[in-house]
Amino acid sequence: MLDTLINYLAHPFVRYAIIVGVLIALCSSLLGVTLVLKRYSFIGDGLSHVAFGALSIASVVKLTNKMTLVLPITIIAAILLLRTGRNAKIKGDAAIAMISVGALAFGYLIMNIFASGANLSGDVCSTLFGSLSILTLTKGEVILCAVLSILVVVIFVVFYNKIFAVTFDENFSKATGVKADMYNLLLAVVIAIIIVLALNLVGSLLISALVIFPAISAMRLFKSFKAVTLFSVVFSVVCAFIGLLIAILAGPPVGATIVAVDVVAFGACCLIGALINGR
Amino acid sequence: MSLMTVKDLTIGYDQTALVKNLNFCVGEGNYLCIVGENGTGKSTLMKTLLGLIKPISGDIIRGDGLKVNEIGYLPQQTDVQRDFPASVTEVVMSGFAGGAKLRPFYSRAERERARENMERMGIAELRRRCYRELSGGQQQRVLLARALCATSRLLLLDEPVSGLDPKVTEDMYKLIADLNHEGTAIIMISHDVNEALNYATHVLHMGHSVFYGTKAEYMKEENGFMAKGGVINA
Repeated sequence: MLDTLINYLAHPFVRYAIIVGVLIALCSSLLGVTLVLKRYSFIGDGLSHVAFGALSIASVVKLTNKMTLVLPITIIAAILLLRTGRNAKIKGDAAIAMISVGALAFGYLIMNIFASGANLSGDVCSTLFGSLSILTLTKGEVILCAVLSILVVVIFVVFYNKIFAVTFDENFSKATGVKADMYNLLLAVVIAIIIVLALNLVGSLLISALVIFPAISAMRLFKSFKAVTLFSVVFSVVCAFIGLLIAILAGPPVGATIVAVDVVAFGACCLIGALINGR
Repeated sequence: MSLMTVKDLTIGYDQTALVKNLNFCVGEGNYLCIVGENGTGKSTLMKTLLGLIKPISGDIIRGDGLKVNEIGYLPQQTDVQRDFPASVTEVVMSGFAGGAKLRPFYSRAERERARENMERMGIAELRRRCYRELSGGQQQRVLLARALCATSRLLLLDEPVSGLDPKVTEDMYKLIADLNHEGTAIIMISHDVNEALNYATHVLHMGHSVFYGTKAEYMKEENGFMAKGGVINA
């Protein structure tokens, strides 16, 4: 088995897949804690459907670099969603659900009407579930992903204290001079970047899993924000790595395998948490 | 000059006035108690004073060199906080987030002040505990310590004793009174007129009729308000 693995690792596309997978898992879990606590667990889902819609437009107009369209559209949607979180006529969950299914429907419609290839359902399936696209990454995409991941980590570390303050108590933060709106905006942009990156890995239907599972697993076990954040990063990276290895060695679809590993690990955390607290 | 002077202030949401032409001021070392029934605009007033919502008209003037963000705030608890994984120290330290501007990490001096404030609030031994596992009274002390990290000049307290049992309520009032004696000006919203009046120096009554004055003046007027149905003791 180890031989097979070493054999596989000799191929650059397998190494790329592992690097990108781990980086995305790291970034998504960093923000996952904040999103889950702000009651925005589903924003990942909503935004990824927007990204799916944008991606289908990009495919139809045959853009060479799809990111140039997908990233801005997703960022705009993220800003709109996080803004309407408060005083809007349509409240957070409804707004997310609306944009989410709306974008999904339009994306699928556009792909159907303007379908160029013969394998439409295959295309749709791979965008929804990520399937094999992670194994077809180019070196440029890997570098882009690495740069953006580093950016996300740096932003998170530099603004860690502010993000904590704003997440814990937005009104207090505002009253004492934290530019809460600016940090919400920053979060929206960063989330959008992560979503677009993660689209390659797990596809648009499963992105929420990368955001939610590490955070809620960590919350079962730890009681300070710092510990929860650190653990969810470790959790996410380890699960993504295991999931990728299984997918590479045994051949199941990458995205679904990673999420399945996340679910199992979450179950383990619940169990351990219950044992600790039940003592 | 006082810390905060409110002139002809009209407050409300979306241009719909809730309370018109409020006038009052809070000086150094004052203890202003805002009383009145639900729906009379007490919390809206507090949010306006904090700059969270814009006044419809009128002015809030800061004096004595009080800076824009030198107001500590003890909010009512939110849903988010009930299952938020955070240690007591993390919550208290977040009081410095505004003052730190773009500096990413807290300084040694800030850590020291946070420790002092936790000691003043009697929660030093809880500092590693999880915020959500504390009792209501302990949580309020943590939030008070956080507010003190933001400033010790002026504190705005929104129903600081709601949901606390009588013994803890009494302790909380004493704690606030101690802070006041040490020089912190207090603006407090309260249902509980009688209890709050034990400690207040000034009273702002909101409702059918608005009254502002010292506690002694309020006591004198109180019968008059009772007749108009303005004051109902909680």
